[in-house]
Amino acid sequence: MSDTVDNLLEVKNLVTAFRLENGDWVRAVDGISFHVPKGKTVGIVGESGCGKSVTAMSVVQLLPQPMGHILDGEVIFKGEDLRSASSERMHEVRGGEIGVIFQEPMMALNPCHRIGKQISESLILHRGMDKREALQESVSLLEKVGIPAPEKRVMEYPHQLSGGMRQRVVIAIALACKPDLLIADEPTTALDVTVQSQILELIEDLQEEMGMSTILITHDLGVIAGHCDEVVVMYAGRIVEHAPVNELYASPQHAYTKGLLSAIPTLATPRKAKLKTIEGQVASIKDFVPGCRFCQRMGRSGDTLLNRAPFIEISKNHWVEACPECVEHNEAK
Amino acid sequence: MPDPILELRDLKMHFPVRGGVMSRQINSVKAVDGVSLSIGHGETLGLVGESGCGKSTLGKSIVRLTRPTAGSVIFDGKDITHLSQSKLRPLRSNMQMVFQDPAESLNSRMSVGQIIAEPLEVQKIGTKATRRDTVEQLLERVGMPKSAAQRFSFEFSGGQRQRIGIARALALNPDMIVLDEPVSALDVSVQSQVLNLLLDLQSEYNMAYLFIAHDLAVVKHISDRVAVMYLGKIVELADADAIYQNPRHAYTKALISAIPEPDPMIERPRVHLEGEVPSPINPPEGSAFGHRINHPRYEETIGMDLSMVEIEKGHWVAADPCCLSKEDFTQVSSLS
Repeated sequence: MSDTVDNLLEVKNLVTAFRLENGDWVRAVDGISFHVPKGKTVGIVGESGCGKSVTAMSVVQLLPQPMGHILDGEVIFKGEDLRSASSERMHEVRGGEIGVIFQEPMMALNPCHRIGKQISESLILHRGMDKREALQESVSLLEKVGIPAPEKRVMEYPHQLSGGMRQRVVIAIALACKPDLLIADEPTTALDVTVQSQILELIEDLQEEMGMSTILITHDLGVIAGHCDEVVVMYAGRIVEHAPVNELYASPQHAYTKGLLSAIPTLATPRKAKLKTIEGQVASIKDFVPGCRFCQRMGRSGDTLLNRAPFIEISKNHWVEACPECVEHNEAK
Repeated sequence: MPDPILELRDLKMHFPVRGGVMSRQINSVKAVDGVSLSIGHGETLGLVGESGCGKSTLGKSIVRLTRPTAGSVIFDGKDITHLSQSKLRPLRSNMQMVFQDPAESLNSRMSVGQIIAEPLEVQKIGTKATRRDTVEQLLERVGMPKSAAQRFSFEFSGGQRQRIGIARALALNPDMIVLDEPVSALDVSVQSQVLNLLLDLQSEYNMAYLFIAHDLAVVKHISDRVAVMYLGKIVELADADAIYQNPRHAYTKALISAIPEPDPMIERPRVHLEGEVPSPINPPEGSAFGHRINHPRYEETIGMDLSMVEIEKGHWVAADPCCLSKEDFTQVSSLS
């Protein structure tokens, strides 16, 4: 897409599919390409079921087995194609060079082990520390993510912590090995707004300090606006738009992006005014058309449903899936 | 307000904490701890606060799904705090509730038609045939096809299920609906559809809403007045516009500044809020929020009367030296 030199991660034409019980395949991610520059934060935004999380899981090869498979495409991380990497190599990458934060901190932590042990695990595995060193490092990591009395907390179990504290522990684990890339999948969705802003600022501070890149997956356009450099908008397994954050909010090109942006009430929206909506809902994954799926939602018929529109650079670094029905001025390249 | 549909007077809802050998009551969770407010006919009162502050418990004690520990709930001029279930039943048709998670609040063994007709059956309204007509009208009113009546709730998406929940609440033509986080589980595009529907229904049937949510932008959009709740107590209550343009309480200010604004060009001053809501089992003796932010005047507030004072017409705020600016506190103390 752009010059590869300063890209930490490049995803090219990725296709990830799931095998249903009846033997059919459904493509949850259907041919997407994007890149994450060094030190930058790329946001992936879209409604539930659009393939955001499957994209992230494909990068680190944590797809549910045996149903999930990457059928096509490349995932190039620091010049290495992770798709052809051995499972031993992937073990090194996950938790070492790529840290992952999941949405639900209670699911990501083992309820039977003390916090300290869970953080130590990756330190012992990836950084070759012994148990005592690892526990000491765990304490300083907990301190770094803003947990009070860390020497006491390392000896506690996940259920003894609040939701915000648990998410801080998950962040500490993800950052334990100073990863080059952090994938944060809805890191604050389960949390209150006040805690959300604490956690997002924490991630931002740590990112600056450690110079890592971040993929921030969320459905909240407010979170994206405040914390990302670039935005990838996904709809029904495809990327419909990709642009620098200011550009995307100032001049969204795809009808879906426009719809999303105008559907959220903000503090500036007049009270009780009719909100703009996007009619209908995402089609079931089994019924996806080969062409433009947003046209499908809008109930349009014709050629746009049959053939997929090209992904074009409409202005510098601003890419859009150029469906003639969904993108108004389509004169660019 | 001349004629409130609902009035709460110093409502308290405490839950016992049991422990020890004989499961004696050793403490209590003060989920709602002295709330007074009123909602007018056709009005929407928004209720915001962080999780664990008692919002949902307050909603449930209003529709008497729990029996309040103290205080009173006055609905349409009638004290319903201590009514028995059988005496409550006829009143229930006037107040309904819509829950956050439509997947859990709709019975998956009943067809959508049965779900929506159930309140009518309980209240013995109409015959089977007329009930079927009503169900179809209700489904159409909330934007669902008539054919949905024969299907099951799990066949529908989250937004459609929430519409079914709303249709069930509408079935008895209530005067008031308690909406407990009705759009929190929905995607943005569907959320705006449901919010528009709620606004339409309100202007059509002149219902009052108690709208409980943690998304402040959504609450502001739909509400006439907004109450901010912190650790079982209301700390600020005012017109929706006033509370966002001119918040007085430090907690309200912090909540508003934490809203992520969907515009990268807006740089708002951030009020940093450390820590989380303390446990309602042993709440701080003085100002709960003053304790969280380690305010130097916290000690003063122990034993002080922190109840709300009308600082401006229609704008109530807790008289708490830790949470108000100096000028506001001086003004408030001269009023009380």
